[in-house]
Amino acid sequence: MAKHPFHDVAIVGIANSEQARVLEGHDSTTITFQAVHKVLADTGLSPWDIDGVAAGPFSGPLTYYMRNGPSWRHYMAPSIPTILDAASAIATGQCHTVLVAHGSAGVYTERASTAPWTRPAHEFVVAYGMFTAAEFALIAQRHMHMHGTTPEQLATVAATIRNNGHAHPEAVYHGRGPFTPDDILASRMVSDPFHLLDCAMTSEGACALILTTRERAQDLPNTPVYILGGACDSFGPSYQHPPAWDLAGPSGRNNGYTGRWAAQKSFAMGELGPTDVDVCEFYDPFSFEIIRQFEAYGFCEEGEGGEFIMDGRIGPGGQYPVTTDGGTMSFSHGGAAVQQLQRVIRGVEQLRGTCVTSQVPDAQVAMCSNGGAGALFTDVMLLGTETP
Amino acid sequence: MSEILQPQSPGIPLPVPTIYSQPYWDGCQVGELRFQRCQDCGAITMDPAPACSACFSENLEWEVSTGLGEVYSWTTVWRPQTPAFTVPYVAVIVTLDEGFWLLANLINCPVDAVHVGMRVQTTFVELSEEITLPYFEPAN
Repeated sequence: MAKHPFHDVAIVGIANSEQARVLEGHDSTTITFQAVHKVLADTGLSPWDIDGVAAGPFSGPLTYYMRNGPSWRHYMAPSIPTILDAASAIATGQCHTVLVAHGSAGVYTERASTAPWTRPAHEFVVAYGMFTAAEFALIAQRHMHMHGTTPEQLATVAATIRNNGHAHPEAVYHGRGPFTPDDILASRMVSDPFHLLDCAMTSEGACALILTTRERAQDLPNTPVYILGGACDSFGPSYQHPPAWDLAGPSGRNNGYTGRWAAQKSFAMGELGPTDVDVCEFYDPFSFEIIRQFEAYGFCEEGEGGEFIMDGRIGPGGQYPVTTDGGTMSFSHGGAAVQQLQRVIRGVEQLRGTCVTSQVPDAQVAMCSNGGAGALFTDVMLLGTETP
Repeated sequence: MSEILQPQSPGIPLPVPTIYSQPYWDGCQVGELRFQRCQDCGAITMDPAPACSACFSENLEWEVSTGLGEVYSWTTVWRPQTPAFTVPYVAVIVTLDEGFWLLANLINCPVDAVHVGMRVQTTFVELSEEITLPYFEPAN
Protein backbone atom coordinates (compact mmCIF):
# COMPACT_ATOMS: atom_id res chain seq x y z
CA MET A 1 0.00 0.00 0.00
CA ALA A 2 1.26 3.47 -0.90
CA LYS A 3 2.46 5.51 2.03
CA HIS A 4 0.16 8.37 3.09
CA PRO A 5 1.59 11.65 1.69
CA PHE A 6 1.84 13.11 5.19
CA HIS A 7 3.02 9.90 6.89
CA ASP A 8 6.25 11.58 7.96
CA VAL A 9 4.84 14.95 9.08
CA ALA A 10 3.52 15.98 12.50
CA ILE A 11 2.11 19.10 14.12
CA VAL A 12 4.15 19.48 17.29
CA GLY A 13 3.55 23.03 18.49
CA ILE A 14 0.59 25.36 18.89
CA ALA A 15 0.10 28.71 20.58
CA ASN A 16 -2.32 31.59 20.81
CA SER A 17 -1.14 35.01 21.94
CA GLU A 18 -3.44 37.02 24.15
CA GLN A 19 -6.60 37.93 22.26
CA ALA A 20 -8.72 41.03 22.81
CA ARG A 21 -11.04 43.45 21.07
CA VAL A 22 -8.09 45.86 21.10
CA LEU A 23 -4.56 44.97 22.25
CA GLU A 24 -3.21 48.24 23.58
CA GLY A 25 0.49 48.72 22.92
CA HIS A 26 0.70 46.07 20.21
CA ASP A 27 0.97 46.09 16.46
CA SER A 28 0.85 43.09 14.15
CA THR A 29 4.59 42.48 14.50
CA THR A 30 4.80 42.55 18.28
CA ILE A 31 1.75 40.35 18.80
CA THR A 32 3.06 37.85 16.25
CA PHE A 33 6.36 37.73 18.17
CA GLN A 34 4.38 36.89 21.32
CA ALA A 35 2.79 33.90 19.57
CA VAL A 36 6.16 32.81 18.13
CA HIS A 37 7.80 32.87 21.56
CA LYS A 38 4.91 30.88 23.00
CA VAL A 39 5.01 28.21 20.29
CA LEU A 40 8.78 27.82 20.66
CA ALA A 41 8.23 27.38 24.41
CA ASP A 42 5.47 24.86 23.69
CA THR A 43 7.91 22.71 21.73
CA GLY A 44 11.23 23.45 23.43
CA LEU A 45 12.66 24.38 20.03
CA SER A 46 14.91 27.37 19.33
CA PRO A 47 14.60 29.72 16.33
CA TRP A 48 17.59 27.94 14.78
CA ASP A 49 15.74 24.63 14.73
CA ILE A 50 13.32 26.24 12.28
CA ASP A 51 14.21 25.96 8.59
CA GLY A 52 10.89 27.02 7.10
CA VAL A 53 8.68 30.05 7.82
CA ALA A 54 5.08 30.51 6.68
CA ALA A 55 3.92 33.84 8.04
CA GLY A 56 2.46 35.54 4.98
CA PRO A 57 4.21 38.79 4.05
CA PHE A 58 5.89 38.58 7.47
CA SER A 59 7.84 35.44 6.49
CA GLY A 60 10.80 37.44 5.25
CA PRO A 61 11.05 39.76 8.26
CA LEU A 62 10.62 36.87 10.70
CA THR A 63 13.44 34.91 9.08
CA TYR A 64 15.61 38.04 9.21
CA TYR A 65 14.80 38.74 12.89
CA MET A 66 15.31 35.09 13.91
CA ARG A 67 18.48 34.70 11.80
CA ASN A 68 17.25 31.21 10.88
CA GLY A 69 18.23 31.50 7.20
CA PRO A 70 18.67 29.87 4.81
CA SER A 71 14.98 29.12 5.22
CA TRP A 72 12.04 27.83 3.16
CA ARG A 73 9.36 30.49 3.03
CA HIS A 74 5.71 30.95 2.13
CA TYR A 75 4.11 34.34 1.42
CA MET A 76 0.34 33.70 1.47
CA ALA A 77 -1.47 34.92 4.61
CA PRO A 78 -1.41 31.62 6.49
CA SER A 79 -4.47 29.40 6.82
CA ILE A 80 -5.24 25.74 6.03
CA PRO A 81 -3.69 25.81 2.52
CA THR A 82 -0.48 27.15 4.07
CA ILE A 83 -0.34 24.31 6.60
CA LEU A 84 -0.85 21.83 3.78
CA ASP A 85 1.93 23.51 1.79
CA ALA A 86 4.20 23.42 4.82
CA ALA A 87 3.45 19.72 5.33
CA SER A 88 4.17 19.10 1.65
CA ALA A 89 7.46 20.98 1.91
CA ILE A 90 8.48 18.76 4.82
CA ALA A 91 7.24 15.59 3.11
CA THR A 92 9.29 16.41 0.00
CA GLY A 93 12.41 17.26 1.95
CA GLN A 94 12.51 20.98 1.18
CA CYS A 95 12.77 21.65 4.90
CA HIS A 96 12.27 19.75 8.15
CA THR A 97 10.66 22.16 10.63
CA VAL A 98 8.21 24.92 9.67
CA LEU A 99 6.99 27.78 11.82
CA VAL A 100 3.52 28.99 10.78
CA ALA A 101 2.62 32.32 12.38
CA HIS A 102 0.25 35.20 11.89
CA GLY A 103 -0.94 38.17 13.88
CA SER A 104 -2.98 41.30 13.53
CA ALA A 105 -3.29 44.36 15.76
CA GLY A 106 -3.86 48.03 15.09
CA VAL A 107 -5.27 47.33 11.64
CA TYR A 108 -8.95 48.06 12.33
CA THR A 109 -9.14 51.64 13.54
CA GLU A 110 -12.08 53.24 11.69
CA ARG A 111 -14.80 51.79 13.88
CA ALA A 112 -17.67 53.59 12.15
CA SER A 113 -16.95 51.34 9.15
CA THR A 114 -16.81 47.57 8.98
CA ALA A 115 -13.32 46.06 9.30
CA PRO A 116 -11.08 46.69 6.28
CA TRP A 117 -10.66 42.97 5.50
CA THR A 118 -14.46 42.64 5.10
CA ARG A 119 -14.76 45.11 2.22
CA PRO A 120 -12.10 44.94 -0.49
CA ALA A 121 -12.77 47.60 -3.11
CA HIS A 122 -13.88 46.10 -6.41
CA GLU A 123 -15.74 47.84 -9.18
CA PHE A 124 -18.76 45.50 -9.18
CA VAL A 125 -19.45 45.60 -5.44
CA VAL A 126 -17.85 48.76 -4.05
CA ALA A 127 -20.77 51.12 -4.66
CA TYR A 128 -23.41 48.75 -3.28
CA GLY A 129 -22.29 48.80 0.36
CA MET A 130 -21.13 45.20 0.37
CA PHE A 131 -19.10 43.65 3.18
CA THR A 132 -18.70 40.17 4.59
CA ALA A 133 -22.03 39.94 6.45
CA ALA A 134 -24.00 40.99 3.36
CA GLU A 135 -22.05 38.60 1.13
CA PHE A 136 -22.76 35.63 3.40
CA ALA A 137 -26.37 36.77 3.89
CA LEU A 138 -26.97 36.38 0.13
CA ILE A 139 -25.89 32.73 0.46
CA ALA A 140 -28.02 32.11 3.57
CA GLN A 141 -31.14 33.73 2.12
CA ARG A 142 -30.92 31.53 -0.96
CA HIS A 143 -30.70 28.40 1.20
CA MET A 144 -33.60 29.57 3.36
CA HIS A 145 -35.65 30.12 0.18
CA MET A 146 -34.79 26.69 -1.24
CA HIS A 147 -35.08 24.62 1.92
CA GLY A 148 -37.05 26.56 4.50
CA THR A 149 -34.10 26.90 6.87
CA THR A 150 -35.20 29.13 9.76
CA PRO A 151 -33.73 32.04 11.75
CA GLU A 152 -34.23 29.90 14.87
CA GLN A 153 -31.95 27.22 13.43
CA LEU A 154 -29.31 29.84 12.63
CA ALA A 155 -29.68 31.20 16.17
CA THR A 156 -29.21 27.73 17.64
CA VAL A 157 -25.82 27.51 15.93
CA ALA A 158 -24.79 30.94 17.18
CA ALA A 159 -25.92 30.23 20.76
CA THR A 160 -24.04 26.92 20.79
CA ILE A 161 -20.77 28.43 19.61
CA ARG A 162 -21.07 31.54 21.77
CA ASN A 163 -21.66 29.36 24.81
CA ASN A 164 -18.42 27.50 24.04
CA GLY A 165 -16.64 30.87 24.09
CA HIS A 166 -18.53 31.98 27.19
CA ALA A 167 -16.95 29.04 29.03
CA HIS A 168 -13.43 29.45 27.60
CA PRO A 169 -11.20 31.55 29.88
CA GLU A 170 -9.02 32.81 27.00
CA ALA A 171 -11.91 33.77 24.72
CA VAL A 172 -12.39 37.47 24.00
CA TYR A 173 -16.06 37.07 24.97
CA HIS A 174 -15.44 34.81 27.97
CA GLY A 175 -18.27 35.20 30.45
CA ARG A 176 -20.55 37.11 28.09
CA GLY A 177 -23.24 34.42 28.17
CA PRO A 178 -24.81 32.02 28.46
CA PHE A 179 -26.93 32.59 25.37
CA THR A 180 -30.23 31.12 24.25
CA PRO A 181 -31.38 31.17 20.62
CA ASP A 182 -33.87 33.88 21.66
CA ASP A 183 -30.95 36.06 22.81
CA ILE A 184 -29.43 35.76 19.33
CA LEU A 185 -32.74 36.64 17.66
CA ALA A 186 -33.18 39.64 19.99
CA SER A 187 -29.89 41.22 18.94
CA ARG A 188 -30.06 43.98 16.34
CA MET A 189 -30.22 43.10 12.66
CA VAL A 190 -26.98 43.59 10.73
CA SER A 191 -27.73 42.08 7.33
CA ASP A 192 -30.91 40.02 7.07
CA PRO A 193 -31.03 37.13 8.15
CA PHE A 194 -27.99 37.80 10.33
CA HIS A 195 -28.46 39.48 13.67
CA LEU A 196 -25.40 40.91 15.38
CA LEU A 197 -24.90 37.71 17.38
CA ASP A 198 -25.10 35.55 14.22
CA CYS A 199 -21.89 37.25 13.05
CA ALA A 200 -18.19 36.94 13.77
CA MET A 201 -16.67 39.58 16.00
CA THR A 202 -13.62 41.70 15.25
CA SER A 203 -10.62 41.46 17.54
CA GLU A 204 -6.83 41.40 17.64
CA GLY A 205 -4.41 38.60 18.28
CA ALA A 206 -1.87 36.17 16.90
CA CYS A 207 -1.21 32.47 16.80
CA ALA A 208 1.43 30.03 15.64
CA LEU A 209 2.05 26.37 14.87
CA ILE A 210 5.13 24.26 14.30
CA LEU A 211 5.26 21.27 11.98
CA THR A 212 8.19 18.91 11.76
CA THR A 213 9.09 15.39 10.69
CA ARG A 214 7.57 12.39 12.44
CA GLU A 215 11.07 11.34 13.44
CA ARG A 216 11.91 14.68 15.09
CA ALA A 217 8.48 14.74 16.73
CA GLN A 218 9.43 11.70 18.84
CA ASP A 219 12.01 13.81 20.72
CA LEU A 220 9.61 16.66 21.47
CA PRO A 221 7.40 17.00 24.55
CA ASN A 222 3.91 17.12 23.02
CA THR A 223 1.71 14.37 21.69
CA PRO A 224 2.18 14.68 17.92
CA VAL A 225 -0.91 15.36 15.84
CA TYR A 226 -1.02 14.09 12.28
CA ILE A 227 -2.60 15.39 9.08
CA LEU A 228 -4.92 12.65 7.86
CA GLY A 229 -6.24 14.65 4.92
CA GLY A 230 -6.64 18.11 3.50
CA ALA A 231 -7.74 19.94 0.38
CA CYS A 232 -9.07 23.29 -0.78
CA ASP A 233 -12.03 24.42 -2.92
CA SER A 234 -12.07 27.88 -4.52
CA PHE A 235 -14.60 29.42 -6.90
CA GLY A 236 -12.90 32.79 -7.28
CA PRO A 237 -11.78 35.84 -5.33
CA SER A 238 -13.67 36.78 -2.19
CA TYR A 239 -16.08 39.72 -2.20
CA GLN A 240 -15.67 40.84 -5.80
CA HIS A 241 -18.40 39.03 -7.72
CA PRO A 242 -21.99 38.06 -6.84
CA PRO A 243 -21.81 35.29 -4.20
CA ALA A 244 -24.37 33.09 -5.93
CA TRP A 245 -25.21 29.70 -4.41
CA ASP A 246 -25.40 28.21 -7.93
CA LEU A 247 -22.14 29.67 -9.28
CA ALA A 248 -20.59 26.80 -11.23
CA GLY A 249 -18.65 25.96 -14.35
CA PRO A 250 -19.04 22.99 -16.69
CA SER A 251 -18.30 20.64 -13.77
CA GLY A 252 -21.67 21.53 -12.28
CA ARG A 253 -20.04 21.70 -8.84
CA ASN A 254 -21.56 24.75 -7.19
CA ASN A 255 -20.25 27.43 -4.88
CA GLY A 256 -23.10 26.75 -2.45
CA TYR A 257 -21.38 23.52 -1.53
CA THR A 258 -17.81 24.80 -1.71
CA GLY A 259 -15.74 22.54 0.52
CA ARG A 260 -17.63 19.39 -0.51
CA TRP A 261 -14.96 18.30 -2.96
CA ALA A 262 -12.15 19.26 -0.61
CA ALA A 263 -13.86 17.18 2.09
CA GLN A 264 -14.26 14.21 -0.24
CA LYS A 265 -10.55 14.36 -1.13
CA SER A 266 -9.63 14.74 2.54
CA PHE A 267 -11.76 11.79 3.63
CA ALA A 268 -10.35 9.67 0.78
CA MET A 269 -6.78 10.58 1.76
CA GLY A 270 -7.41 9.48 5.32
CA GLU A 271 -9.70 6.54 4.42
CA LEU A 272 -12.34 8.12 6.64
CA GLY A 273 -15.91 9.35 6.46
CA PRO A 274 -18.05 11.85 8.38
CA THR A 275 -19.02 9.32 11.05
CA ASP A 276 -15.33 8.97 11.99
CA VAL A 277 -15.14 12.64 13.02
CA ASP A 278 -15.15 13.22 16.78
CA VAL A 279 -15.03 17.02 16.79
CA CYS A 280 -15.94 19.60 14.12
CA GLU A 281 -13.71 22.65 14.39
CA PHE A 282 -15.64 24.36 11.60
CA TYR A 283 -15.07 27.95 10.59
CA ASP A 284 -17.95 30.09 11.85
CA PRO A 285 -17.94 33.52 10.19
CA PHE A 286 -21.76 33.46 10.32
CA SER A 287 -24.19 31.05 11.95
CA PHE A 288 -25.59 29.70 8.69
CA GLU A 289 -22.13 28.54 7.58
CA ILE A 290 -22.17 25.68 10.09
CA ILE A 291 -25.47 24.39 8.66
CA ARG A 292 -24.05 24.66 5.15
CA GLN A 293 -20.89 22.78 6.04
CA PHE A 294 -22.72 19.79 7.54
CA GLU A 295 -24.53 19.46 4.20
CA ALA A 296 -21.45 20.15 2.08
CA TYR A 297 -19.24 17.60 3.85
CA GLY A 298 -21.82 14.82 3.72
CA PHE A 299 -22.82 14.68 7.40
CA CYS A 300 -26.45 15.11 6.25
CA GLU A 301 -28.44 15.48 3.06
CA GLU A 302 -28.79 18.74 1.11
CA GLY A 303 -31.40 20.96 2.68
CA GLU A 304 -31.42 19.05 5.98
CA GLY A 305 -28.67 20.99 7.73
CA GLY A 306 -31.09 23.22 9.60
CA GLU A 307 -32.79 20.23 11.25
CA PHE A 308 -29.47 18.38 11.66
CA ILE A 309 -27.94 20.94 14.01
CA MET A 310 -30.91 20.97 16.40
CA ASP A 311 -31.53 18.97 19.58
CA GLY A 312 -28.03 19.28 20.98
CA ARG A 313 -26.25 17.43 18.20
CA ILE A 314 -23.55 20.11 17.79
CA GLY A 315 -23.26 21.15 21.45
CA PRO A 316 -21.08 19.79 24.26
CA GLY A 317 -21.67 16.04 24.60
CA GLY A 318 -23.46 15.93 21.24
CA GLN A 319 -22.66 13.70 18.30
CA TYR A 320 -20.69 16.42 16.47
CA PRO A 321 -19.51 19.19 18.79
CA VAL A 322 -18.66 22.29 16.75
CA THR A 323 -16.17 25.12 17.14
CA THR A 324 -15.42 24.28 20.74
CA ASP A 325 -13.38 27.35 21.72
CA GLY A 326 -16.08 29.80 20.62
CA GLY A 327 -14.62 30.41 17.18
CA THR A 328 -14.78 33.74 15.42
CA MET A 329 -18.02 34.60 17.22
CA SER A 330 -16.59 34.43 20.72
CA PHE A 331 -12.97 33.22 20.92
CA SER A 332 -11.32 35.68 18.52
CA HIS A 333 -11.29 37.02 14.97
CA GLY A 334 -7.96 38.73 14.57
CA GLY A 335 -8.21 39.77 10.95
CA ALA A 336 -7.96 38.20 7.54
CA ALA A 337 -6.31 34.92 8.54
CA VAL A 338 -5.36 34.55 12.24
CA GLN A 339 -8.71 33.04 13.13
CA GLN A 340 -8.49 30.56 10.26
CA LEU A 341 -5.30 29.10 11.73
CA GLN A 342 -7.01 29.01 15.12
CA ARG A 343 -9.46 26.38 13.84
CA VAL A 344 -6.48 24.07 13.34
CA ILE A 345 -4.93 25.02 16.68
CA ARG A 346 -8.17 24.10 18.44
CA GLY A 347 -8.30 20.81 16.55
CA VAL A 348 -4.78 20.02 17.79
CA GLU A 349 -5.75 20.93 21.37
CA GLN A 350 -8.74 18.58 21.17
CA LEU A 351 -6.57 15.70 19.95
CA ARG A 352 -3.88 16.38 22.56
CA GLY A 353 -6.70 16.28 25.12
CA THR A 354 -5.55 19.55 26.68
CA CYS A 355 -8.64 21.75 26.23
CA VAL A 356 -9.46 23.51 29.49
CA THR A 357 -13.12 23.73 28.45
CA SER A 358 -15.32 21.79 26.03
CA GLN A 359 -12.82 18.92 25.72
CA VAL A 360 -14.37 16.11 23.68
CA PRO A 361 -13.49 12.91 25.59
CA ASP A 362 -11.00 10.69 23.76
CA ALA A 363 -11.16 12.75 20.54
CA GLN A 364 -9.14 10.98 17.85
CA VAL A 365 -10.25 12.69 14.62
CA ALA A 366 -10.86 16.42 14.24
CA MET A 367 -12.21 18.12 11.13
CA CYS A 368 -11.10 21.73 10.68
CA SER A 369 -12.24 24.20 8.05
CA ASN A 370 -11.73 27.74 6.76
CA GLY A 371 -13.68 30.10 4.54
CA GLY A 372 -17.29 29.85 3.43
CA ALA A 373 -19.59 30.16 0.45
CA GLY A 374 -19.97 33.93 0.86
CA ALA A 375 -16.23 34.16 0.24
CA LEU A 376 -16.23 31.62 -2.62
CA PHE A 377 -13.85 29.17 -0.93
CA THR A 378 -13.64 26.51 1.74
CA ASP A 379 -10.54 24.66 2.93
CA VAL A 380 -10.68 21.43 4.90
CA MET A 381 -8.23 19.50 7.07
CA LEU A 382 -8.59 16.23 8.97
CA LEU A 383 -6.32 15.78 11.97
CA GLY A 384 -5.71 12.61 13.94
CA THR A 385 -3.80 11.10 16.82
CA GLU A 386 -2.66 8.07 14.82
CA THR A 387 0.14 8.14 12.23
CA PRO A 388 -1.55 7.99 8.83
CA MET B 1 -46.17 52.15 5.81
CA SER B 2 -42.79 50.73 5.14
CA GLU B 3 -39.87 52.95 4.22
CA ILE B 4 -39.19 53.31 0.46
CA LEU B 5 -35.63 52.38 -0.50
CA GLN B 6 -33.63 55.23 -2.05
CA PRO B 7 -30.43 55.31 -4.11
CA GLN B 8 -27.26 56.28 -2.25
CA SER B 9 -26.06 59.87 -2.40
CA PRO B 10 -22.79 61.06 -3.98
CA GLY B 11 -19.86 60.45 -1.65
CA ILE B 12 -19.99 56.67 -1.58
CA PRO B 13 -16.92 54.85 -2.94
CA LEU B 14 -17.28 54.47 -6.71
CA PRO B 15 -16.09 51.88 -9.20
CA VAL B 16 -12.76 52.25 -10.97
CA PRO B 17 -13.26 50.72 -14.45
CA THR B 18 -10.67 48.49 -16.07
CA ILE B 19 -9.69 48.28 -19.72
CA TYR B 20 -12.10 45.40 -20.30
CA SER B 21 -14.98 46.70 -18.16
CA GLN B 22 -15.00 50.28 -19.49
CA PRO B 23 -17.69 49.52 -22.15
CA TYR B 24 -19.99 48.31 -19.35
CA TRP B 25 -19.66 51.61 -17.48
CA ASP B 26 -19.94 53.60 -20.75
CA GLY B 27 -23.24 51.77 -21.31
CA CYS B 28 -24.56 52.77 -17.91
CA GLN B 29 -23.97 56.43 -18.79
CA VAL B 30 -26.34 56.11 -21.76
CA GLY B 31 -28.90 53.99 -19.89
CA GLU B 32 -27.82 50.61 -21.29
CA LEU B 33 -27.02 47.52 -19.24
CA ARG B 34 -24.36 45.90 -21.40
CA PHE B 35 -23.04 42.35 -21.21
CA GLN B 36 -20.54 40.29 -23.18
CA ARG B 37 -21.56 37.40 -25.43
CA CYS B 38 -19.08 34.89 -26.83
CA GLN B 39 -19.07 34.84 -30.62
CA ASP B 40 -17.70 31.28 -30.61
CA CYS B 41 -20.01 29.45 -28.17
CA GLY B 42 -22.83 31.96 -27.56
CA ALA B 43 -22.45 32.01 -23.76
CA ILE B 44 -22.79 35.21 -21.74
CA THR B 45 -19.93 36.38 -19.52
CA MET B 46 -20.69 38.59 -16.51
CA ASP B 47 -19.05 40.29 -14.62
CA PRO B 48 -17.07 41.67 -17.61
CA ALA B 49 -13.95 39.64 -18.29
CA PRO B 50 -11.14 39.30 -20.84
CA ALA B 51 -12.36 35.81 -21.86
CA CYS B 52 -15.57 33.78 -22.10
CA SER B 53 -16.50 32.09 -18.82
CA ALA B 54 -17.84 29.04 -20.69
CA CYS B 55 -15.14 28.31 -23.33
CA PHE B 56 -12.37 30.84 -22.49
CA SER B 57 -12.49 32.33 -26.00
CA GLU B 58 -11.42 35.97 -26.31
CA ASN B 59 -13.96 36.50 -29.08
CA LEU B 60 -16.47 38.50 -27.01
CA GLU B 61 -18.88 41.18 -28.22
CA TRP B 62 -21.05 43.56 -26.19
CA GLU B 63 -24.85 43.37 -26.27
CA VAL B 64 -27.54 45.34 -24.44
CA SER B 65 -29.75 43.62 -21.85
CA THR B 66 -33.49 44.20 -21.56
CA GLY B 67 -32.67 45.05 -17.94
CA LEU B 68 -35.51 42.80 -16.79
CA GLY B 69 -35.00 39.97 -14.34
CA GLU B 70 -35.92 38.48 -11.01
CA VAL B 71 -34.40 38.55 -7.56
CA TYR B 72 -32.23 35.46 -6.96
CA SER B 73 -31.17 36.39 -3.42
CA TRP B 74 -31.30 39.48 -1.23
CA THR B 75 -30.27 41.00 2.08
CA THR B 76 -31.42 44.14 3.85
CA VAL B 77 -28.42 45.87 5.40
CA TRP B 78 -28.89 47.80 8.66
CA ARG B 79 -25.24 48.33 9.60
CA PRO B 80 -23.58 50.37 6.83
CA GLN B 81 -20.28 49.28 5.29
CA THR B 82 -18.98 52.81 5.90
CA PRO B 83 -20.71 55.97 7.15
CA ALA B 84 -20.95 57.10 3.51
CA PHE B 85 -23.87 54.68 3.06
CA THR B 86 -27.40 55.40 4.25
CA VAL B 87 -29.29 52.47 5.81
CA PRO B 88 -31.35 50.52 5.26
CA TYR B 89 -30.24 49.44 1.82
CA VAL B 90 -31.00 46.19 0.06
CA ALA B 91 -28.38 44.22 -1.86
CA VAL B 92 -29.77 41.84 -4.47
CA ILE B 93 -28.39 39.32 -6.88
CA VAL B 94 -30.68 39.47 -9.90
CA THR B 95 -30.95 36.83 -12.61
CA LEU B 96 -31.44 38.88 -15.76
CA ASP B 97 -33.82 37.41 -18.35
CA GLU B 98 -30.81 36.79 -20.62
CA GLY B 99 -29.49 34.43 -17.93
CA PHE B 100 -26.67 36.26 -16.17
CA TRP B 101 -26.39 37.48 -12.58
CA LEU B 102 -25.82 41.07 -11.50
CA LEU B 103 -25.31 42.30 -7.95
CA ALA B 104 -26.74 45.75 -7.20
CA ASN B 105 -29.02 47.59 -4.79
CA LEU B 106 -32.82 47.60 -4.95
CA ILE B 107 -34.60 51.00 -4.83
CA ASN B 108 -38.04 52.58 -5.30
CA CYS B 109 -39.48 49.71 -3.28
CA PRO B 110 -40.78 49.30 0.29
CA VAL B 111 -37.97 47.89 2.42
CA ASP B 112 -39.99 44.84 3.50
CA ALA B 113 -41.30 43.96 0.01
CA VAL B 114 -38.19 42.28 -1.39
CA HIS B 115 -38.38 38.53 -1.93
CA VAL B 116 -36.79 35.83 -4.06
CA GLY B 117 -38.49 35.73 -7.45
CA MET B 118 -39.56 39.40 -7.38
CA ARG B 119 -39.65 40.90 -10.91
CA VAL B 120 -37.30 43.86 -11.27
CA GLN B 121 -35.86 46.17 -13.91
CA THR B 122 -32.72 48.26 -14.13
CA THR B 123 -32.72 51.97 -13.44
CA PHE B 124 -29.68 54.22 -13.59
CA VAL B 125 -28.45 56.84 -11.14
CA GLU B 126 -25.63 59.28 -11.95
CA LEU B 127 -23.20 59.54 -9.04
CA SER B 128 -20.29 61.37 -10.68
CA GLU B 129 -19.20 62.64 -14.06
CA GLU B 130 -17.58 59.29 -14.80
CA ILE B 131 -19.88 56.83 -13.02
CA THR B 132 -23.56 56.13 -13.47
CA LEU B 133 -24.65 53.15 -11.37
CA PRO B 134 -27.20 50.53 -12.34
CA TYR B 135 -29.79 49.85 -9.64
CA PHE B 136 -32.86 47.62 -9.69
CA GLU B 137 -36.46 48.64 -9.00
CA PRO B 138 -39.73 46.72 -9.10
CA ALA B 139 -40.71 45.99 -12.73
CA ASN B 140 -43.55 48.03 -14.17
